[in-house]
Amino acid sequence: MSDTDIDPPEEAVQANVPEDADVDYEKAETQDSAAEEAAKHVPQAIPLQVENLSKRFGGLTAVDGASFEVEQGTLTGLIGPNGAGKSTTFNCVTGVLEPTAGTVRFNGEDITGLAPHQIADRGLARTFQIARELGEMTVLENLMLAPTHQRGESLWRSVLPFTRGSVVEQEEEVLEDVWETLDFFDIDHLADEYAGNLSGGQRKLLELARVLLTDPDVLLLDEPFAGVNPSLEERLLEHLHELREQGYTFLIVEHDMDLIMDNCERVIVMHQGSVLTEGTPEDVKADERVLEAYLGGEVET
Amino acid sequence: MSVGDSVPDRVSAVGSSDPAKIIGLLVFIYAVYLVAGSIAGINPVSNLTSLTRWIGLFAIAALALNLHWGYTGLFNIGVIGFMGVGVYVAAIVSKDPVAAGGGGAVGGATGGLGLPLPIGMLAGAVAAALFGLLVALPALRLRADYLAIVTIAVSEIFRLSVRNGNIASFDVGGLSVGFGGGDGLQLDWGSEVELLFDALLLGGVYDSLSATAERLIGSPVAVDRIGYALILLAFMIGYYALLRRIGNSPFGRVLKAIREDEEATNSLGKDTDRFKIIVFMIGCGLMGLVGVLWFMNAGGGGGSVNPTQFRPDTTFYIWVALIIGGAGSNTGSVMGGALFAAFLYRGPRFLQTVIDKLTETDLGSFARRTGFGEAMAPIAGSFDPIPLLLYAVTKIQSLQLLIMGLVIIYLMQNRPQGLLGHRKEQAAAISLSRPDRRSDGDRAVAADGGAEDE
Ligand SMILES: Nc1ncnc2c1ncn2[C@@H]1O[C@H](COP(=O)(O)OP(=O)(O)OP(=O)(O)O)[C@@H](O)[C@H]1O
Ligand SMILES: [Mg+2]
Repeated sequence: MSDTDIDPPEEAVQANVPEDADVDYEKAETQDSAAEEAAKHVPQAIPLQVENLSKRFGGLTAVDGASFEVEQGTLTGLIGPNGAGKSTTFNCVTGVLEPTAGTVRFNGEDITGLAPHQIADRGLARTFQIARELGEMTVLENLMLAPTHQRGESLWRSVLPFTRGSVVEQEEEVLEDVWETLDFFDIDHLADEYAGNLSGGQRKLLELARVLLTDPDVLLLDEPFAGVNPSLEERLLEHLHELREQGYTFLIVEHDMDLIMDNCERVIVMHQGSVLTEGTPEDVKADERVLEAYLGGEVET
Repeated sequence: MSVGDSVPDRVSAVGSSDPAKIIGLLVFIYAVYLVAGSIAGINPVSNLTSLTRWIGLFAIAALALNLHWGYTGLFNIGVIGFMGVGVYVAAIVSKDPVAAGGGGAVGGATGGLGLPLPIGMLAGAVAAALFGLLVALPALRLRADYLAIVTIAVSEIFRLSVRNGNIASFDVGGLSVGFGGGDGLQLDWGSEVELLFDALLLGGVYDSLSATAERLIGSPVAVDRIGYALILLAFMIGYYALLRRIGNSPFGRVLKAIREDEEATNSLGKDTDRFKIIVFMIGCGLMGLVGVLWFMNAGGGGGSVNPTQFRPDTTFYIWVALIIGGAGSNTGSVMGGALFAAFLYRGPRFLQTVIDKLTETDLGSFARRTGFGEAMAPIAGSFDPIPLLLYAVTKIQSLQLLIMGLVIIYLMQNRPQGLLGHRKEQAAAISLSRPDRRSDGDRAVAADGGAEDE
């Protein structure tokens, strides 16, 4: 998505494939007929594995032993009623919150408890449910910030006369990517506006544009389309599919059931902090417990 | 000021117009002082040099604080402590040596290591930066208000420590050095101005300046006054250029982002703690250097430091200067520093002098014989406010803090962004307008894409 020659995140997608992944792979090959209709793609690797994740806030258990995996090159949906613990799970996975228990593995590496920037640095990035635009910075500045490992982020390189040139050079490259992104997201007319002056939907767009500019391998999107107009939403989804085909991986929280069912290869359903069920959209639709969960009843797991 | 400007105009004009604004403001201030001073018959050299001194000092102090607060959102209310570390360390490093065992703990008797003044200044800045690191490591991870508490605490600890008699003087390798305790330290560097000019290889300039001044004004003090003012102006330009360069870079962009939302910035892969520590140290180092410049020359004569000068009021003044100009803007910091120095800090005293000179007979004697009670009495009795007004005018200097308070309240109510209003100093090393290389057709396709999708 960005062809700036900023140091790319470590080449890790294919490396360190965890052992479970191989098992899955074999399973998929042996149970050929079942697998074929379950998933048209061949599972390759499992970049993100969450095991027994728990998060307690005082007496309240927001996430309660959730375990799931996200396969590489998929759009995976994460659904569940309000308060199911989806956002809290995102926060624990990306280091914004420290989980009470459980482990998070990214490309085979245990990343539980790492700082958000360390996790983002490894290629696992996220957006927030409530957009976190940098209000008193312009839209351009918000986007220029995003690419990781910019030369000029070193104070000395930005200040010293004989290194400033290379900083400026890279700024020009970043700027081109940024304007391309602005055009793509239809927010180029807002380029010089303070991000704090944007509308709710525009903020969500800005947030999505910004995180894409960090060029992550796996993206956790918390209700990215809330408040985005339908035609743009469609275009963004198309873009996400293109990226997915290139090998990017997405985990999307979304309340729009049709959107999830139409676009995701796999769906994870959370309820009261744990994973209720997981499978293809068809499986999930057929599962009565999912409906019960949404209707608010007690669900046997 | 020019809020109505369209955005592209302003963005492209930023480079040239900001220094112009500063120069315009300075010209205005100098004109006011020159006119008022000449009416009152005040010596123009001492008038303008002392004005320049305070403008320079408040401008660089506000610039350093702006890096902390305006750019990064680090709430440092211990500025004077970092200035103190700077000037005390510079004193110890470069005061003339005094043999151990000679004088005892009396303030004037301690010496230094006798190194050149520029090395002392550098050491002072480095020491203040390291002191900042000491504060930053535990405190920066905490919430912003904790940093505030920690900074004011360490600045008070610093002040009480240097006042402590136990470290007033001690021996280092046969030399008697120390902090001077409650007596403070004499900063007897000889002519700091000459030393600094020499350090910049401008000794010749100093000499010729000296000769000219002797000939024209006939006072050797005037040379040091003028030279010191020039040095401060040079530092002001240097600080301004450096901080602009820091601000207009990817580094500065991350600082702004931290100010806006540290967690979101961290989630974008920026090691925010690292940025905060670096920037806190740099800012403290700059404050340490401000400290040396602030105290080393008391306007023409040798300077001195005394623990009582390190009370928090100076920190408060620097904050007012920054708020006036508008936190987050380097240009605003310089302008705020200049306005504060000219009209709020020096202004009342200057006005007092002017008024005294103008009214040597009437008002002066009125003030001398009238107390507050007598000035109030007519208001209470016959609603005659004139005596109280006259009284206030004659005592205007003591109303300084009140005036500052009123200005702050006014700004908070009407211009929370500072006098300059909402600033758009773009945090980038280049202008962020759309690169020319892209063709218009290209753009149109990209922009229309959404509408064409079914
Ligand atoms: N910081 C917090 N402190 C205390 N409780 C919290 C905190 N964050 C979340 N919770 C609680 O954890 C539970 C799960 O919240 P979470 O935000 O993860 O739900 P969600 O699945 O994202 O819901 P929604 O679909 O409405 O966004 C809720 O009951 C919420 O009140
Ligand atoms: Mg949520």
